[in-house]
Amino acid sequence: MNASADLLASVLRRASARGATAADGFLVEERQFSASVRLGQVDTVTHSRDQRLALRVFASKASAAASTSDLSRESLERLVDEATALARVTEADPHAGLPDPDVLIREVPPLDLEDPAGHELTPEAKIEIARRAETAALEADPRLTNSDGAEHWDRQARYVYATSHGFAEGYATSAFGVSVAPVAADNGGMQRDYWYTTARHRSALESPESVGRTAAARTLRRLGSRKVKTAEVPVIFDPDTAASLIRSIAGAASGPSLYRRASFLLDRVDTKIAAPSVTIVDDGLIPGALGSRPFDGEGLPTRRTVLVDGGVLRTYLLDTYCGRKLGLRSTHHAARDGSGVGVGTTNLTLQAGAADPKDLIGSVGSGLYVTELIGFGVNGVTGDYSRGAAGLWIDKGELAYPVEEITVAGNLLEMLQRVEGVGNDLILRDRASAPTLLIGRMVVAGN
Amino acid sequence: MLPERFFSDRFNVTPSLMERLLGGSLSGRVDDADIYLEYRINEELVLEENVVKKASRHVSQGAGVRALSGTRTGYAHTDDISIQNLEEAARQARAIADRSSAGGVLAVAGRGKPHDLYTLDETPVAANLERKLDLLRKLDAAARAADPRVTQVIASLASEEIVTLVATASGWTVGDVRPLTRLNVTAIAEEGGRREIGSWGGGGRVAFDWFLGEERWKRYATEAARQAALKLSAVDAPAGTMTVVLGPGWPGILLHEAVGHGLEGDFNRKGVSAFAGRMGQKVASELVTVVDDGTIPNRRGSLNVDDEGTPTGRTVLIENGVLVGYMQDRLNARLMGMRATGNGRRESYAYPPLPRMTNTFMLAGPDDPEEILRSVDRGLYAVSFGGGQVDITSGKFVFSASEAYLIEGGRVTRPVKGATLIGNGPDALTRVSRVGHDLALDEGVGTCGKDGQSVPVGVGLPTLRIDAMTVGGTAV
Repeated sequence: MNASADLLASVLRRASARGATAADGFLVEERQFSASVRLGQVDTVTHSRDQRLALRVFASKASAAASTSDLSRESLERLVDEATALARVTEADPHAGLPDPDVLIREVPPLDLEDPAGHELTPEAKIEIARRAETAALEADPRLTNSDGAEHWDRQARYVYATSHGFAEGYATSAFGVSVAPVAADNGGMQRDYWYTTARHRSALESPESVGRTAAARTLRRLGSRKVKTAEVPVIFDPDTAASLIRSIAGAASGPSLYRRASFLLDRVDTKIAAPSVTIVDDGLIPGALGSRPFDGEGLPTRRTVLVDGGVLRTYLLDTYCGRKLGLRSTHHAARDGSGVGVGTTNLTLQAGAADPKDLIGSVGSGLYVTELIGFGVNGVTGDYSRGAAGLWIDKGELAYPVEEITVAGNLLEMLQRVEGVGNDLILRDRASAPTLLIGRMVVAGN
Repeated sequence: MLPERFFSDRFNVTPSLMERLLGGSLSGRVDDADIYLEYRINEELVLEENVVKKASRHVSQGAGVRALSGTRTGYAHTDDISIQNLEEAARQARAIADRSSAGGVLAVAGRGKPHDLYTLDETPVAANLERKLDLLRKLDAAARAADPRVTQVIASLASEEIVTLVATASGWTVGDVRPLTRLNVTAIAEEGGRREIGSWGGGGRVAFDWFLGEERWKRYATEAARQAALKLSAVDAPAGTMTVVLGPGWPGILLHEAVGHGLEGDFNRKGVSAFAGRMGQKVASELVTVVDDGTIPNRRGSLNVDDEGTPTGRTVLIENGVLVGYMQDRLNARLMGMRATGNGRRESYAYPPLPRMTNTFMLAGPDDPEEILRSVDRGLYAVSFGGGQVDITSGKFVFSASEAYLIEGGRVTRPVKGATLIGNGPDALTRVSRVGHDLALDEGVGTCGKDGQSVPVGVGLPTLRIDAMTVGGTAV
C-alpha cells in the first residue's frame, strides 16, 4: 500500500499547490483472469491488469473530478492541472466538500476479503473448473444439446483512499466466480438458462458440478414454455428475482433521487411503505461477504443500516454531499464509480421470514412463479413497474408448467404493501440477496 | 491526427514494431492475431438546479493482444502501453494457441479503404468549456420555460474522443480517430403531489456546434419538459395482446432487440440464436427490409473501420421478409465461411471484439402514417422508448415505452403510463401489416450492451403497424 499511498499523496500535494483548497483520491489496481469453455473446448482466455487513479478537487465550494489509467508522472501532472482548471469554471455549491476529518475511519477492521492462495491455480486448472461445470450441465439430460459456454474467473483488487487532510487507508479483495449457460432443445424450440456462484474465497464457491446441475435443471424446466391469458393473480418471485426488487427499493432510497425529488420514497422516512414482514438491511461488515468493505468511497467506516424495519422506511442512503443537501448526515454509502462519487449499497438483503417456499407456492390457487425478469421497466420516480418475465405457472398450489412471453406489472409501493409471504430461504449469494417473496396481486399480461 | 503517428510519438509503439511482434511471437501458431491500441478522453458536464454538479475528465489508454486458433481466443490487455507489456500480453494470448494442434494458417483480414465519415473542424472534447456550460444553462432555462410544472432539470453533455490503431497478423495496419458527443435533458414535473420524469437528447460523431444548429438543443429541452408534463395526466396502460403502432425513429429499438442481436454471427455460429439455421427463410412480413449500416456520416453508430480494422458496410439482414444476412466479425466469419462485414466491435482495449450492430433500421414503406393510425380500432401508439433486452435463445424480447397513447376508433386519445412490450423475435415481424413512408433515424442516444460490453449504436424505423403484440400494463 505504501507506494500507492505515496503516489496519491504526491498527487494531492500538487493539487494543493495548484490552488485546490481540498482534494481526495482513490487508486484501484486490479488483476483479472477469465477462462471460458464451450462444448468442452477452450473458447476464450483473458488476462488483464488495470489501474486507475481518480481525483476530486475542491476550489473552495466548487469541485471537479478527473481520472486516468496512465500513472506516469507526466500524465498525473496533467490530471491535476485539468481537474483544478475544471474546478475554476464550475460554480460554488454550498454543500460540496470533503467529509469532516473526525468522521473518517480510524482503524480498518479485518473483514476477511482476501484469498491470495485462491488465485494461485494454473491457467489449465482454472480452465478445468469451467469445463467441469459445463460437463455436469450437459451430462444431466440428453435434451441439453448445446451450450453458450461456461466461465471461471478470478480477480484481485487493491484500493487506497487518501485525502488532502493526510488521511490514507487501503484494503485488498479477492473474488472468484463460476457460471454456465446450457441450451436445451425439444420439438417446441430452444431454451437457455444459467446458474452462477461467486465469492471472496475460492473455498466458498459452490462446486462446479453443483453449478452445472442447477443450470441444467433451470434450463430443462423452461422447455415447452407457453403464454398464458392476461390476469390479475398472486405472483411469487424466486430469490434471485426478489433480489432485483430490493435493488430497486434501494435505488429509490438513494440520496441523489431524493434531493432531485425524483423518487417514490420522497417524504416517506418513518412511514409504513411495506407489509410488516418486510425488513431490508444493508450490512457492509459481514466477514467474507461480496459487498463488504471496511470504509466507503469517502473514508467513512462501513456500518449495518436497517433501511426498512418491519415495513417502516427508517432512513435514506446518503453520501456526504447528499446528507448535507438534505440536512441529514452521511449514512456511509459513498461509492466511487469511474467518474466520481455516488451512492451504493454493500450487502443488501431482504431478511428471511418464516415461510417454507413450498408452502408459499402451495398457498396459491392460480398464479405466477417468476424465475427471470428482462428489460428496464422500473420507473424510480413513480414506482411504476412493468417487466418481461419467464417462470412457472402455479395451478392449485403446484408448479404446473413453464410460461414465457408475458409481463408482470404493478407499482413498487403497492407491491411492497401487498407482500403476503417471505420465505425462510435467504442465502447471501451476491451483493443483493432475498428469500422467496409472495406478492398478493399483480397484473400478468399475455394473450 | 494520424493514429500511427500518435502512438509512435507518445508510446514509441510503431506499426513496424507491432508487425514484428505479430510476426515473431504469433505467426505460424495461430489462425489470426491482432494488436489493438487505444487512447481515450472522456469529458462529462452535468448541470443540476442550475449549478454545475459534475465536471469531470477521464483519460484511459491501453493495448489488447489477441491470438485466435480454431474456435479459441487468447486475449491479454494492459493499460501501460509499452513494448515490454505488449510482448508479455502476446505471450499470454499465445498460450491459448500453443494448446492447439492446428496448422496455423493465417486468415485474411477484411481489408479495404477506411471510410471518412466524421472528420470535424473541432472535436467535441476540445470545444470551449465556457460555451458548453452556457449551453447547459440555456437548456435548463428552456425546459423550465416550456412548462411551469417543471420543478427539476438535469442537463448533461458528454464528449469523447478515441484514437485507435489495429495491426493484424496479415500485415494490415489501420487507425481511426472517433469523436462522439451526446447532449441530454431530464425534466421532472410535479402537480398535485404527482411527479413524473421526461427525458430527451441527441448527438453523434459531430462537433459541439451541431447542437446549436437548427436549435436542436432547444428542442431537446422542450421535448423533455413536454414528456414529463404529459405523463402527469397519463392513465394506466392496458394489459394484454393488441395492435401496436410504433412511431418513427427511436422505436427502431424494436428491430435491435427483436431481430438485431439474433442475427449477430457468434450466436448463429454457436447455434444458440432463435434465428440459427433460418438463412433464406421467411422471418418477417414481405413489407419488411432491415439493414445494418455503419457508413452513415456523423451517426452515433457509424465507424470508418470496425475494431478489427475491417471497413464498415451496409449489410442487408432481412430483405422483403426473407433472412439474407448476418453481422460478422473476423472470427465468426472465418468459422462460418462468410465475409467479415465490419461489425467486429469492442467497448475498449479491455475486451476482445464481438459481432455487434452499428445503425440498424427498417426501410420505408408505402403508407401514410396518419392513415396507419386511422386503420386501428383499438390499440397502443408508442412513440418513445427506454431500454430493451432480448433472450437470444428463446427469441423473447422486451422494450419499454416511455411515451405512449391509446388508439380508440382510429384516433390517438389518452396518454398512458410506461409499459413494457414483449414479443417473440422470429414471429413479431411476421405480424407487420403496414409500413409508413416516414423512415427516421433516432436522435443519437443509443447504447447497446452485450457480454458486459457497451458500444454506441443507432436505430431507425418508419411508422409501423404490428397486428398483435403483448402490452404489459396494469389495466385489465
